[in-house]
Amino acid sequence: MADERQVIVSVKNLKQYFNIGKPNMVKAVDDVSFDIYKGETFGLVGESGSGKSTTGRSIIRLYNPTDGHIYFNGQDISKIKSHGSKMKEFRREMQMIFQDPYASLNPRMKVKDIIAEGLDVHHLVKNDDERDKRVRELLDMVNLNPEHMTRYPYEFSGGQRQRIGIARALAVDPQFIIADEPISALDVSIQAQVVNLMQDIQKKQGLTYLFIAHDLSMVKYISDRIAVMYRGKIVELADSDEIYNNPLHPYTQSLLSAIPVPDPEIETKRTRIDFDHKRPFEDDQRLQEVLPGHFLYCNDEKAASFKNNK
Amino acid sequence: MDKILEVKDLHVDFDTYNGVVHAIRGVSFHLNAGETLAIVGESGSGKSITVRSILQLLAKNGTISKGEVLYHGDDLLQKTDKEMDKLRGNKISMIFQDPMTSLDPTMTIGKQVAEPLLIHNNVSKKDALKRAEEVLRLVGIPNPKARMNDYPHQFSGGQRQRIVIAIAIVDYPEILIADEPTTALDVTVQAQIIDLLKELQQKIGTSIIFITHDLGVVAGIADRVAVMYAGRLVEFGSVNDIFYNPQHPYTWGLLDSMPTLDTNESDRLNSIPGTPPNLLNPPKGDAFAPRNAYAMEIDEEQQPPFFKVSKHHYAATWLLHPNAPKVTPPASILNRYEKFKKLGGNVK
Repeated sequence: MADERQVIVSVKNLKQYFNIGKPNMVKAVDDVSFDIYKGETFGLVGESGSGKSTTGRSIIRLYNPTDGHIYFNGQDISKIKSHGSKMKEFRREMQMIFQDPYASLNPRMKVKDIIAEGLDVHHLVKNDDERDKRVRELLDMVNLNPEHMTRYPYEFSGGQRQRIGIARALAVDPQFIIADEPISALDVSIQAQVVNLMQDIQKKQGLTYLFIAHDLSMVKYISDRIAVMYRGKIVELADSDEIYNNPLHPYTQSLLSAIPVPDPEIETKRTRIDFDHKRPFEDDQRLQEVLPGHFLYCNDEKAASFKNNK
Repeated sequence: MDKILEVKDLHVDFDTYNGVVHAIRGVSFHLNAGETLAIVGESGSGKSITVRSILQLLAKNGTISKGEVLYHGDDLLQKTDKEMDKLRGNKISMIFQDPMTSLDPTMTIGKQVAEPLLIHNNVSKKDALKRAEEVLRLVGIPNPKARMNDYPHQFSGGQRQRIVIAIAIVDYPEILIADEPTTALDVTVQAQIIDLLKELQQKIGTSIIFITHDLGVVAGIADRVAVMYAGRLVEFGSVNDIFYNPQHPYTWGLLDSMPTLDTNESDRLNSIPGTPPNLLNPPKGDAFAPRNAYAMEIDEEQQPPFFKVSKHHYAATWLLHPNAPKVTPPASILNRYEKFKKLGGNVK
């Protein structure tokens, strides 16, 4: 089945280091490889500092990767120049939704100008009438009142601002959207609204999402497949049900055991699994498929043990 | 049980550029000795302002226009600033949400933890620092003796929150107010901090008021729960009452909009439509009515009073009025009712 699915984004041995050559060098993303299939939602989870946001930002080329390749629809985009026409072309296909709906909208721009900025940059509309019409369509799509297009961001609530961010990302008609913690800053009652909206739009437009988050219950709900990151590496990758029902890496197990559940009976019986953060990665370990579609960061011996158990 | 703290009919107004915001519109609750009371609600519901009013830590434009805060029967709102200073950080202390900004970056953590003791008690600096070291060990800072001389930036986020907790408990307060103490932290660290608070409560017998919007956290830590919406309480009861026998449609909505690990991707999440009201002009009737699928005509007209559900469980919704039509709550809530019956509760 895996072969029938079309790969839209392929990350190969991506490395993203900061402060290279200095004593405070950080290997934020350290040799990460994965594929994202067309039409799916790929969840990327991990604690703060695990490198999940950096991975997303490298894919959309907000950083220049230190090493490795990123293929988008088969084309290597890891080396294209930041200001060339190729980059512009590529950015039309890939858009981003940011975490903080307060910091990611320019407070001095009207909503319609925020949303239409991409349309202007890419010359997608011929005149003002067409521009306004498209903005109205987009606001309607994210369930905001099109009459409010001349308002400023401060006049909207957090959930509404996040919708504006989504409308802006959709304006240029992208194929692939990176959503970096899009609901973390929102209240519980509003989170569900935004997640439902993202799913509706995905169905309608056939979008592919990379959904970065630390809220594991929401990630499980929205994602088809999930990758768990720890200290710059993917330690486990599988279908979301498989990750939750059969976590193999001790870090994943620890992460899952810490999710608070809104049920007092379960909470009082919870046993938390501690993860030994001192345990370093071994040189002979790598991410490998140990069960069909289930990848684990381990050594060959361990991987073989899964195959024998079958 | 002893009521250690009682808040009666609290009203708080804020004078803003746009007019007067009625942030708290008549809130009453109490805290029993040794228990954990969780206050839940979304941002802007007034949960932080309620607890800040207890310690009179409101911003300059905020005034408590009405109400009483009885601490062992003594009204704190009648006390002078000086008298309040003696209580703050001593009998009643507070843990703030953001561990990054609630520590002084220019002061070693040993001094910061010892500071409340030096201010409130007549202890020598040496004794205070010794006590600080003990407390830092208690909250799980490894090698506290050496780390006393370190500055906040030398600690991780989770460790900083442990230090903030150490400052709050160094004088063994009777009441600990924790305002979203884990919201800025990762789930694994959050679980550790919650375990720590529970452990401390058993060791030093503190009563805790825990503010959060995360119902998962509430289920793990609370004895009793109060749900707030638009500056009022809408429902309160024991943790089992709120999670297994919720009566207010807002509580239903909150519980229903969280995916559980059993929710499938094909199921749609149930969301509460719309946004909370603007408290510049509080609505005449039930503030939740515009977002409430179960709202009736009377909800637009008249604020519902608290109806008694069981001995310690009350909810402010007209649905509990004897003349109200019978409604069917969302499916996930009906599942919770089933669980309540299994636990031996009576569902109406």
